[in-house]
Amino acid sequence: MDYNWNWSVLLEEQYLDWLISGFGWTIAVALSAWCIAIVIGALVGVGRTVPNRLISTLCTAYVELFRNIPLLVQMFIWYFAVPEMVPEDMGRWMKRDMPNPEFVTAVVALGLYTASRIAEQVRAGIETVPPGLSAAGKAHGLSLSQIYRYILLPISFRLIVPPLTSEFLTVFKNSSLALTIGLLELTAQSQQIAEYTFQGFEAFTAATVIYVCIALLATVIMILLEKYTRIPGYVGKEG
Amino acid sequence: MADFDFNVVWSSLPFLWEGLQLSLWLTFLSIIGGIVLGTLLALARLSGIAPLALLAATYVNLLRSVPLILVIFWFFFLVPLVIGRPIGSFYSALIAFVMFEAAYYSEIMRAGIQSVRKGQVHAGQSTGLGYWQIQRYIVLPQAFRNMIPILVTQGIILFQDTSLVFVVSLRDFMTASSIVARTEGRLVEMYLFAAVVYFIICFSGSMLVRSLKNRMAT
Amino acid sequence: MIDIHNISKWYGEFRVLTDCTTKVSKGEVVVVCGPSGSGKSTLIKCVNGLEPIQQGQIHVDGAEVTAKGADLTALRSRIGMVFQHFELYPHMSVLENLCLAQEKVLKRSRTEAEERARALLARVGMSEHSTKYPSQLSGGQQQRIAIARSLAMDPIAMLFDEPTSALDPEMIKEVLDVMVELAQEGMTMMVVTHEMGFARKVADRVIFMDVGAIVEDRPTADFFDNPESERAKDFLSKILNH
Repeated sequence: MDYNWNWSVLLEEQYLDWLISGFGWTIAVALSAWCIAIVIGALVGVGRTVPNRLISTLCTAYVELFRNIPLLVQMFIWYFAVPEMVPEDMGRWMKRDMPNPEFVTAVVALGLYTASRIAEQVRAGIETVPPGLSAAGKAHGLSLSQIYRYILLPISFRLIVPPLTSEFLTVFKNSSLALTIGLLELTAQSQQIAEYTFQGFEAFTAATVIYVCIALLATVIMILLEKYTRIPGYVGKEG
Repeated sequence: MADFDFNVVWSSLPFLWEGLQLSLWLTFLSIIGGIVLGTLLALARLSGIAPLALLAATYVNLLRSVPLILVIFWFFFLVPLVIGRPIGSFYSALIAFVMFEAAYYSEIMRAGIQSVRKGQVHAGQSTGLGYWQIQRYIVLPQAFRNMIPILVTQGIILFQDTSLVFVVSLRDFMTASSIVARTEGRLVEMYLFAAVVYFIICFSGSMLVRSLKNRMAT
Repeated sequence: MIDIHNISKWYGEFRVLTDCTTKVSKGEVVVVCGPSGSGKSTLIKCVNGLEPIQQGQIHVDGAEVTAKGADLTALRSRIGMVFQHFELYPHMSVLENLCLAQEKVLKRSRTEAEERARALLARVGMSEHSTKYPSQLSGGQQQRIAIARSLAMDPIAMLFDEPTSALDPEMIKEVLDVMVELAQEGMTMMVVTHEMGFARKVADRVIFMDVGAIVEDRPTADFFDNPESERAKDFLSKILNH
């Protein structure tokens, strides 16, 4: 292997700035998309389990549609196709006047995509709650929304915290797809540094280390959340 | 609404078909390579040999913390450097996918191996079978069988992931669609068509998974 | 044949076996009984090294099982073991279950292995089931096949770990019949079981264990007619009266 090491390139002001700004965009895209995903994912996930044919079919269709098309294609459709398909005025606004179009598009695409994955976790969580519990709720005269509010959701929320952790990590990783529509997030910046300096090893190592730190931090947060919300004897080894 | 012309899809079908073949071929080879390497990683983690287990765990957790695109960039940079000459973007991509997906397959296979009861290992041991014989004839076949639906699901995800070779301009189905979209100026038609094709393939795949699960449950 | 000398075993801080010593001579049938959690299953799994021990020695046919670097696979191939949950390989047919170790360990040819397998299936009354898979058979049938699988290795001794406790009552007898026959033919056997009828009928000695220690180790008739310890009396009264 013939390679000139030069780690100091990472500390040169210009490249350091690129890394920091890339890191910032990665965090911004991931967290914004996560907020959308949690809300829509929870709604759609619950929607799949309600005893209403129309709602559950629509929610199932949502999940199947968003899960079975690669995120990259979805990203391109939101960015290139949607402005052409909406009413002309709105399309013009999206193309010309919408602030930060790459960022907004990336957040919407990633958020709606991740929502379909979260919806699956939510549905699975609700379906693992023993049916006897909601029957008990019914027997006590609780309404459907009360059964969801007081029985199904609190229990299943705790059940889905571990799978949600991995979704939370995935949203950071998937935010890298924003580079395909021109958003210079962390991966794009490291690639750009590699191209400018020919120090690919250093540039990619820097990005890798940052992603690993994000993953560690996110895991710690979720472990704390899991501990905080655990029902004794219900999930995990403790209890 | 602009007027759309889906004839562009029809006229570029041969070109797109070549791209799709590359996508499918890359998926197939990556699944095989990923499962083989992933199984070895899983065995290493469960081997009880501390340094080996730690090494495998570090590899898996590292690869699972970084985005696939970054891994693709890494290997497009590293592979020519390590081998000493460029080996073509298809093989660079293949290596990147195998190394990346192996981390995910190893988690699946680890769960699969752990789903085989310890008594099965004891039964093998009590007839004098050695470690590798027990893995080869008793544990792995059962682990594999128990995990088939999840392995297929991961295969579908992998197929979707192959679209990311777009970032290194390897001419898969996604890149091919994108090339047509730009040269013909038909972005909407081409990306919608790409979405439909991916959807049909992946949705059929998930239907297959569902029927596999049902068959296994009975 | 089997010589267990002063063995102790811990799971972390928890001591599961305490200074156990006993012997099983060639041709002898020894039943190990005791309340659940008494360590009897652990003891029998130590004999072929499935469970490691921290103290003491076990010799089988002159070879030390517990020695560092002992050739456990060679040793295990000569001791048969039958498990509580049968542990037939679910992905293999009955015949393949019987042939696997014969071919891979004893290096028998396929024809040789099949011939031996068929003879043993006939012996346990399972000839017509050779092409079936374990999940298609009842528990009693599976256990008889598991016994045949062990016998296919031509073992010098057989270990039974609660072979009937996972079975429905109506299937226990068919398995015990096979075991009785085996005992009467002179097989060296160590059997962990609660089947006191079986013990009375064929056991030369009974070992009674409690909280990880061997409390009684006496000829069968002695054990049943006048157990020495309170714990054994208590155990017998519970198990015989139900």
